[in-house]
Amino acid sequence: MTVISSAPSMRPVSSGGTSLKPGFADPVFDAQGVFRASLVATAYPGRIVPLDRTFAAPRPFSPATAALCLTLLDFETPAWLDRQAQSGEAASWLRFHCGLPLIDETATARFAIVTDPLNLPRLHEFASGEIEYPDRSTTLVIQVQSFTDGPDTTWTGPGIKESAGVAIDGLPSWFWSDWDLNSELYPRGVDVIFTCGNALMGLPRTIKVEA
Amino acid sequence: MSAGTTMNHSDNGYNFAYLDEQTKRMIRRSLLKALSIPGYQVPFGGREMPLAYGWGTGGIQVTAAVIGPDDWLKVIDQGADDTTNAVSIRRFFQTVADVAVTESTEVATIIQTRHRIPETPLKEGQVLVYQVPQPEPLQKIEPRETETRKMHAYAEYGAMQVTLYEDVAHFGRIAKTYDYPAIVNGRHLMSPSPIPKFDNPKMENNPAIQLFGAGREKRIYAVPPYTSVRSLDFDDHPFEVQTWKGSCALCGSTTSYLDEMITDDRGSRMFVCSDTDFCNTRQAEAASAPDDKAAGEDA
Ligand SMILES: [Zn+2]
Repeated sequence: MTVISSAPSMRPVSSGGTSLKPGFADPVFDAQGVFRASLVATAYPGRIVPLDRTFAAPRPFSPATAALCLTLLDFETPAWLDRQAQSGEAASWLRFHCGLPLIDETATARFAIVTDPLNLPRLHEFASGEIEYPDRSTTLVIQVQSFTDGPDTTWTGPGIKESAGVAIDGLPSWFWSDWDLNSELYPRGVDVIFTCGNALMGLPRTIKVEA
Repeated sequence: MSAGTTMNHSDNGYNFAYLDEQTKRMIRRSLLKALSIPGYQVPFGGREMPLAYGWGTGGIQVTAAVIGPDDWLKVIDQGADDTTNAVSIRRFFQTVADVAVTESTEVATIIQTRHRIPETPLKEGQVLVYQVPQPEPLQKIEPRETETRKMHAYAEYGAMQVTLYEDVAHFGRIAKTYDYPAIVNGRHLMSPSPIPKFDNPKMENNPAIQLFGAGREKRIYAVPPYTSVRSLDFDDHPFEVQTWKGSCALCGSTTSYLDEMITDDRGSRMFVCSDTDFCNTRQAEAASAPDDKAAGEDA
């Protein structure tokens, strides 16, 4: 029995006259390495999890945002991009390398890719899953300026031994009160993976945050 | 297509770790959601594997989605690395992923298991993958998935409590000794797979990542590190693990899970650790220590 991957192209390609940045140099091992980092980030929330390889990312994505998209997104995952992400080369890059449907509706998005968090829609506008299928909710990938220079917050919950001090910079003022409301929906709710430069930080719905 | 490692694996007729990349992405997305909702069973579109159900296809698919070229894989069945099931799964990954294998719990980065949790405490970053034959803890009470989904949705676990309590009424104790149900993160009732209830306390606040794969039922669930896992019990009948009067005949351990072995055709018996790596390591340590009192004559 033979199962060959339908690997996306790895060469820079032309699309509409402009050159697209490549995807993973090695689609199998790069995706595995980045997935492992996202598994660790989700399992140990609040920790800065650096990727062990770097990528040429399309504007306005950081290397970690681009790598996470290549790893998790495909034609089965309708994705919503914020306006800033739509305006750069990222949208056509995503369509080409991930073959994914880009949608305008936040409420049906499996993934939301956010590069301008100050203009993030409110969290309740994304899919929070169904009571019998709480896994069918939006995962937000939110690209931030810093994991350490923002206002101090204290995280507790599964994956955190006692508590974790986190200082994410560039989130809207309402973000953590919206996060409290998200917790009230449990086991429904959205999950977040923050990206910064070449690193990830997981924020699954189980985590309580004291701002 | 660029050359390199991917091509080499394709030359062998299959992708790295057997699964195609699209299937891996789907399982990987399910794994992240499983960690985000501890104990909740995420349905996934499982792929047919070249092994029959009952041989750990769910665990194999989870391992295949997680494993990379730098990993050290350990596979155990009933605590032993050398049983047929463990050996064939280990060979499978050596063939399709060319991955390093080990029998050492300490060295392993991924441990796929059937029926036991290793005695040696796990560490942060290690991944424990459980093979799950029946993921639904409520299945005996309610065979319809449409109904069990509702019960999980509204945390209606009273019927499960009643079933366990019927044991207490009949036998004066809870009769279940393995696959003992537990509440994860204070919310979801979970089947720990057919591990002895002796192992249930090890799941709680474990530093490692625990992933569960059920191949036939196509469900994935997880217990994140440092998460509460409470075995069901009652105020008048608190949860208890198995204990043994003696110690391991080979390494002298008084804290490990022991299997009874018949040692000759007259029915002589002895108790030995079910975890062979744990037992062998203790025997080796005792043999190299100057005061050699832990190693028994049977070693
Ligand atoms: Zn022993």
